[in-house]
Amino acid sequence: MKEIIRLLVALTAVCMIAGLSLSYVNKITKEPRAYQDRLELVNALNMVLPDHDNEADKDFICVGKTKYYFSKAQGKINGVAFVCSTDKGYSGLIRVIAGVRPTGEIVGIGILEHKETPGLGSKIATRAFRDQYKGKSLDNAEWKVKKDGGGFDQISGATISPRAVTLAVKEGLMEFRANRSGIFGGHDVVQ
Amino acid sequence: MSFNKELIKGIWKENPIFVLVLGMCPALAVTTSAINGLGMGLATAFVLLCSNIVVSMVRSIVPERVRIPTYIVIIASFVTVVDLSMSAYFRQLHHALGLFIPLIVVNCLILGRAEAFASKNSILMSIADALGMGGGFTLGLVILGSIREILGNGTCFGLDLLGSGYNPALIMILPPGAFLALGCLTGFFAAMKIYRKSDRH
Repeated sequence: MKEIIRLLVALTAVCMIAGLSLSYVNKITKEPRAYQDRLELVNALNMVLPDHDNEADKDFICVGKTKYYFSKAQGKINGVAFVCSTDKGYSGLIRVIAGVRPTGEIVGIGILEHKETPGLGSKIATRAFRDQYKGKSLDNAEWKVKKDGGGFDQISGATISPRAVTLAVKEGLMEFRANRSGIFGGHDVVQ
Repeated sequence: MSFNKELIKGIWKENPIFVLVLGMCPALAVTTSAINGLGMGLATAFVLLCSNIVVSMVRSIVPERVRIPTYIVIIASFVTVVDLSMSAYFRQLHHALGLFIPLIVVNCLILGRAEAFASKNSILMSIADALGMGGGFTLGLVILGSIREILGNGTCFGLDLLGSGYNPALIMILPPGAFLALGCLTGFFAAMKIYRKSDRH
C-alpha cells in the first residue's frame, strides 16, 4: 500500500509539472502563432485577390459554411476570395483558396494545404499549374482536366491531384454563383 | 568514459540510423528533401537533449516501477514545446514536417537513450550522449535527404545542382526511394566497419 502511494505521488507530481510548463509555453507562443495564422491568410488573400485597399482578412461574410473575403477598392467590392476543399486528391485533404472578380472570373488560386506525393502531385502548388486557372469562369471553360476532355492541364504522372483541384474550384465557383445575392447584398460592387 | 568518447560514439560507431537502426519512421518518411531531414533531425536532437538532461536529473527520485511512464510524460512535454514553438516561429518547416513532429514522442531513439543511458549516467555524460546521438541522427537524415533530393529532384537544399538536362529519378523521392537509399547507406556503414576491423588484424 505504501509503495502504491509512493508511485501515485511520483506520477502525479511529474504530470503536474509537465502540465504547468506546457500551459506556460502555450501562453507565450499564443500570440506569435496567431500572428503566423493571420500572416498566412493575408499572404494567400493577396495572392488571389485583385489590388485592394481594405484589410481583406477582416472583411468577410459567412454564407452557409463558407467564408467569403471581400477585396475593396475605394469602398467598392472588386473581388471575393473563398476556400474550397476536397478529399478527392491522392492522399488527404486539399484546401484551395480561390479569388474571383464579382463576375465569377478567377483572379488566381492558391493551394493552402495538401499532402500529395512530393515531386508528382505536389506540383499543383507550382505557379505554372496555378496560373492556368487565371481568367477562367464557369462560362468560359470546361471544368475538367484534358484527359477527361476538359480545359485544364494535368501533370504527367499525376492526374488525380489536378483533377481534385479542378473539381474543388468548380464546386466553389458554383456555390459562389448560387449564393451571389446573399454575398453581395447591400454592398457596392464594381461591374 | 569521457565526454568526447560519448559524443563521437553516436555520430559514427553507434550511429542511430545506419548502425542502431532506430527511429526509422521519420528517417524514411520525412527525408524527401535535405532541408526536411535537417529540420526533423534538429527537432529530434533538441527533444533528446532536453529529455536526457531531465531524465538524468530525476534518475534517483523516480521510483523504478513507474520510470517508463515518467520518461514518456517528460518526452511528450518537450515534443509539445517543440511543436508549439515551431508553429509560432518556423511555420514553413512546421507545415513540411506536419504529422511527424508529434510522432517524435514515439521515436524509440529517445526513449531508448533515456532508458539505456540517461537513467544510469550523470547529467554531463547524458548531455554528451544526447549531442552525439542527436548529431548522428541529424547527420543521417541530412545524408538521406540530400541523396534523395539530388537523385530525385536534381537539387540539394533547394540549390539546382544537376541542371535542367538532368532527368530526375522520381522514385528516389517516392517512398521506395527511402528504402533504396537507406539500404545502400546501411550497407556502406557495415562494409566500412568490416574493412576497418580486418585492417587492424
